[in-house]
Amino acid sequence: MSGRHLAKEQPDSFAFSKEGESQAKYWIAKYPDGKQRSAVIPLLWIAQKDNGGWLSEPAMRTVGDRLGMAHIRVLEVATFYTMFKLEPVGEHLIQVCGTTPCMLRGSGDIIKVCKNRIGEKNTISADGKFTWEEVECLGACVNAPMVQISNTSGDHYYEDLDEAAMEKLLGDLAAGKAVKDGPQNGRKTSEPLGGALTLSDKSLYNGARAKPLKSIPNAPKLAKKAAPKKGTKK
Amino acid sequence: MSELRKVNVDGKEIEVPGHYTLMQACEEAGAEIPRFCYHERLSVAGNCRMCLVEWVGAPKPMASCAMSVNDLRPNRDGTPANIRTDSAVVKKAREGVMEFLLINHPLDCPICDQGGECDLQDQAMGYGRGRTRYDEPKRAVEEKNMGPLVKTNMTRCIQCTRCVRFISEVAGVEELGLVNRGENAEITTYLQANLTSELSGNVIDLCPVGALTSRPYAFNARPWELVKTESVDVMDAVGSNIRVDSRGSEVMRILPRNNDDVNEEWISDKTRFVWDGLKRQRLDKPFVRKNDKLVPASWGEALDVVAKRLKGDPERMAAIAGDLCDMESMKALKDLMGSLGVTSLDCRQDGAAIGGQGNGQGREGYLFNSGIAGIDKADAILLIGTNPRMEAPIINARIRGVWLHGEADIGVIGQAADLTYPYEHLGTGPADIAAFAKKRGGFAARFKKAKNPMIIVGMGALSRPDGAQVLREVGELAAKMKIVREDWNGFNVLHTAAARVGGLDIGFIPTNGGKNTDDILIAAKAGEIDTVYLLGADEIDMSALGKAFVIYQGSHGDAGAHRADVILPGAAYTEKDGLYTNTEGRMQDGFRSVFPKGEAREDWAILRALSDTLERTLPYDDLEGLRATIRRPDASAFDPAKLGKSGKVTGKAFASPVTDHYLTNPIARASAVMAACAANTLGVREAAE
Repeated sequence: MSGRHLAKEQPDSFAFSKEGESQAKYWIAKYPDGKQRSAVIPLLWIAQKDNGGWLSEPAMRTVGDRLGMAHIRVLEVATFYTMFKLEPVGEHLIQVCGTTPCMLRGSGDIIKVCKNRIGEKNTISADGKFTWEEVECLGACVNAPMVQISNTSGDHYYEDLDEAAMEKLLGDLAAGKAVKDGPQNGRKTSEPLGGALTLSDKSLYNGARAKPLKSIPNAPKLAKKAAPKKGTKK
Repeated sequence: MSELRKVNVDGKEIEVPGHYTLMQACEEAGAEIPRFCYHERLSVAGNCRMCLVEWVGAPKPMASCAMSVNDLRPNRDGTPANIRTDSAVVKKAREGVMEFLLINHPLDCPICDQGGECDLQDQAMGYGRGRTRYDEPKRAVEEKNMGPLVKTNMTRCIQCTRCVRFISEVAGVEELGLVNRGENAEITTYLQANLTSELSGNVIDLCPVGALTSRPYAFNARPWELVKTESVDVMDAVGSNIRVDSRGSEVMRILPRNNDDVNEEWISDKTRFVWDGLKRQRLDKPFVRKNDKLVPASWGEALDVVAKRLKGDPERMAAIAGDLCDMESMKALKDLMGSLGVTSLDCRQDGAAIGGQGNGQGREGYLFNSGIAGIDKADAILLIGTNPRMEAPIINARIRGVWLHGEADIGVIGQAADLTYPYEHLGTGPADIAAFAKKRGGFAARFKKAKNPMIIVGMGALSRPDGAQVLREVGELAAKMKIVREDWNGFNVLHTAAARVGGLDIGFIPTNGGKNTDDILIAAKAGEIDTVYLLGADEIDMSALGKAFVIYQGSHGDAGAHRADVILPGAAYTEKDGLYTNTEGRMQDGFRSVFPKGEAREDWAILRALSDTLERTLPYDDLEGLRATIRRPDASAFDPAKLGKSGKVTGKAFASPVTDHYLTNPIARASAVMAACAANTLGVREAAE
């Protein structure tokens, strides 16, 4: 892993979008006076979204000035967290999970597809559509292997991939077609392929097996007396 | 603060305050704890792990810098907790930490400027394994630009972050940071901009390895070749304690000495890097002006010319002492002029309205009475006509220190400059002093309620035509606010010249109707004064001297020497033993580190020789004899309300006399490093405008 650096070519300026501006205000208002710098991570994140998926140097300065922080302090945060991209990315940023469960389930094939279609990691594809990188666990091991794709419509998980599904996904995204997020092999969330195999008995859910309770464990004893009369005060 | 707690260190039971860190407790017990990131005057980071100690019973070693004695619980049988600093666990932990630190540290000690005074070197010898088990490639880090003073070699950095904490906390400019993470972590300024602090050189001392070293000193010398002389700085009126390191006849570098009452362990960049000015523009032989050209002369010739001039009418003679003079030379010149009957003497080149006749307020009227360490006790500080950041960076850092710990409010009447801490701006000119007394709310209310209020008045307020009247206004304010009490004297004058308080103490001021600096210049221009003796005085307007015959005695070829008719080459502050009294009235000894250049002589000796030529021999033959005649003025009752003169003040805003911090005296103006610093801050200032 090599150190992360600011991009060589930087835009001249940065300004929050209208929506970004209102989000920034929302986050800054969360902290008491004098502690506005606590909002640096949310603001950098908003700035990254407003800047086409990466943080430019003017964007960091804008965030620092907004929060009354020294620019070096903003740079420290932005370079510490890998979720902040310091160099331009393609329209879709693909984060391939390469941690053990995904690796065992074939994330190597996904990476191979990325390499063929896009090129080396952290580079922008020739058509400007994609950038990919390998990341650590994204918490969807049950649907391994998976990728997260970030673009203007948000951050989406695409799960249960294989080479063909990944090829198709990239093709559809490049063509601007709508893609469905979640499992790509027909699974419903994390159910087994082809539907649930257990707890399928309808009577579990329709109340047919319900029995009246004698008592509820640990519940306070029900007062035998009726509720206090209205209007009386202690 | 907290009650005493018992703790057992290496089998020795001691009692220490509960808020002590384990490291302090161990040191109290006489154990030595190695450390890199921990520094007494900075916040605790706890990231180097070198200070690990064993708490018997705890599963892992503890970082002793970050754990307090209060956090310990006693043993099960009720005996005090056992801390071990000499056990096998500690030895192994230290060896482990050291091994990790050395994994990425280059083995370039032979070409490293820190070699010989390197914490890592010393501690690797003391606590390391002595052999490496690491075959993999080491990491390399690009050099970073930090300006003309600090040279970087970031591959050597061990990420202790002392420099980051110093620049943010003490220097007060957030310019250094640790970017990236893990093995890619690097110390840098934002986009490698230059550091703009006046205290940035201190990171060189703080750096425990050779990552940050002195750029001007780079590859110049090894610490063990240098002769170390403890001395006193003259760049400002703080009187920072310094150590001058020299080799042969050259000053190689200047380092701070620890003095908690004055400069703690910091010095300003001007103090630290001015030494290259000691090698340039030097006056190394006497000169006499012949046919409008200065030509080298022998001492006898030069002294004869001077003696001839000084035999004239004493009414038509005057003497002005400069900002860097030692007290002995001023005393000798005063005695010599006194014996000739000359009354027009002044040590206040800027015409400051302090000391001397008419004011009759003894020493307190021109001293920083609370002392520099007294700033730590102040809870409200009013700065009048001063920019301490430019005039005395060490004092500014101290003020920032009390502000940072939340113990003081600060108000300013004068220029609204960036002082590295927030303050309430209460006005710009003399009229605002009286207005402040009437103000309610805000800083004024807190100032009135403060336990130890402090006024710091600078030369920006006093060295103006209406300085005496401004001084009266300030004095009246001080009296009204009851700043001068039995147990607290918060009336403080911040000087800009190292020689000033010494000069006032020995009375180097006009006597018996003599003229002060301004009047001397006016008289010289009008032709009423035809001989002027300048003792290292370069800050006056030389064109105002008219046709007067100018004798310049000093070390550097600056404004005074250019105008002079006779030049008597003197010694710079590193080349003579001398007494200096700082702005708080503390008399300190400066010692000679190298000999004066060429034929130059110590200043008091020149005056002694001149007195011989004049046949008015001064009554002392050595420095000891001269020093015996130097006395502090007797203590007299101090009433701030009687300071200065009553009268109308003008509406002109206060302006700091220090317009260019790095170029305030002849030595600094001769220094290429100071010129680079001045250009650096000039660029910053222009960009900001």
